[in-house]
Amino acid sequence: MTHVPPDLKYAKTHEWVRLSGDTAVVGITDHAQHELTDVVFVELPTVGRQVKAGEACAVVESVKTASDIYSPVSGEIVAVNKAAEDNPALVNTEPYGGGWFYKIKLSDPSELNNLLSPESYTAQIGQ
Amino acid sequence: MLKRTPLFAAHQKLGGKLINFGGWEMPVQYTSILDEHQAVRTAAGLFDISHMGEVLVSGPDAETFLNQTLTNDARKLDVGRGQYTLMCNERGGAIDDLYAYRVGSFDFLLIVNASRIEEDVAWLRNQHPACARRGGVELKNVSDAFGAVAVQGPRVKEFIDRCFPRPPGSQSVAAPASSLQKNDLDLFEFGHSMVHVARTGYTGEDGFEVIAPAGTIEAIWNKILESGQPFGLKPCGLGARDTLRTEMGYPLYGHELNEAATPIEAGLGFFVALDKGEFVGRAVLAEQKEKGVSKKCVAFKMTDKCAPPRPNYPVWSAGTGAKPIGEVVSGTQSPSLGIGIGMAYVPPQFAKAGTAIGIEIRGKRFAAAVVSKPIYRKPTTR
Repeated sequence: MTHVPPDLKYAKTHEWVRLSGDTAVVGITDHAQHELTDVVFVELPTVGRQVKAGEACAVVESVKTASDIYSPVSGEIVAVNKAAEDNPALVNTEPYGGGWFYKIKLSDPSELNNLLSPESYTAQIGQ
Repeated sequence: MLKRTPLFAAHQKLGGKLINFGGWEMPVQYTSILDEHQAVRTAAGLFDISHMGEVLVSGPDAETFLNQTLTNDARKLDVGRGQYTLMCNERGGAIDDLYAYRVGSFDFLLIVNASRIEEDVAWLRNQHPACARRGGVELKNVSDAFGAVAVQGPRVKEFIDRCFPRPPGSQSVAAPASSLQKNDLDLFEFGHSMVHVARTGYTGEDGFEVIAPAGTIEAIWNKILESGQPFGLKPCGLGARDTLRTEMGYPLYGHELNEAATPIEAGLGFFVALDKGEFVGRAVLAEQKEKGVSKKCVAFKMTDKCAPPRPNYPVWSAGTGAKPIGEVVSGTQSPSLGIGIGMAYVPPQFAKAGTAIGIEIRGKRFAAAVVSKPIYRKPTTR
């Protein structure tokens, strides 16, 4: 049973969003890190970059594969997690905490309605 | 429908993450590739290699036949000895790389890659009529009758003898498994079967490979697991098998070797005995050894901190006028070194250790350097 926190929203592609005013923090779910295992590299977007919902904006690499991260929401990247760049294992050990990817200033908060609730995401991953 | 080894139930029981490996349902890992890799480098790891192929070549002309179809010199093998060797086509291209053991005066056991069993057997049968005295050679593909496991790591020698004890009152003065030298192979009793135990491996660590009847291999797996656990033994999947061999710069058929690459191009000239007489591919290999090659397999290490290099990533020369010069054939993050490593084919002028190259990763070039093998060398204690 992987952890699906009740206070987050989720994308079909296994990213999570934590809303804080008009900014959101984005990362990948416990299910995603479990499937990837052993994260050895994280490539984060540049601060200031504009991304659209659904756009590939980061890469997470395990020993065996490279996976694209798709931004669940549109906006401007305002911060990236250097700690995860320096210590990629954080994505495995703290997917919802220290393993966050980036912070984004939302350009269209209504997009949050397109994301999955914890219950819907839980159903999607078959738990 | 994917093929399964006799150890499939054992993998499920241990929670192995099963993937499709060349048509076989095999564990890529049990806990984590990094943990399993580390276990082999510091203690011990156990691998299912039952998907590999076993071919028996027997008869008074078996040695001659093998010397005409494989690159290494089988005459060098006493009974109970094995050697790494290659099977090449007329153009010197590698059909497979394999191990050949002399298990009896006129009996050889070949251990071949799982992905090449059909091709190897077909090739050998094809060469068979050409062998001058064909009545003197018998070929049997016994891959389905055998299973195999590899147990590798610096602590294996501490527990291997309790897995394969020599019963008291054995006919000969039979030495324990731990006294086998590198590349030795001997028969051991296990339950009601006789099994082959060889001091060989694909990880760069000390270890053994056990080849046993398919019906016995699960009991052997369990015995090794039970005996080794107090010494830190972990079951290991194909993911760790790949990172371990890449750190050593060992070739994997389908990557460093294929029918369009010769052993000389792959840097395996040491295993090509040009002086033993005629064998398939000899003319091409001799010419390459003398005149040089147009492409060379090199090992490399990233010098920039970046994403890991992966197969098919473009390789560039460095400096002004940088241009594409080749492709990565194997690449990964080295668990022991914490940096990207791999192997690539480049023109010979770029093959010297120390040569700066660039690896293109998602459209950006990152610095790397050609290194000699093994890429990872254990630090020696003073």
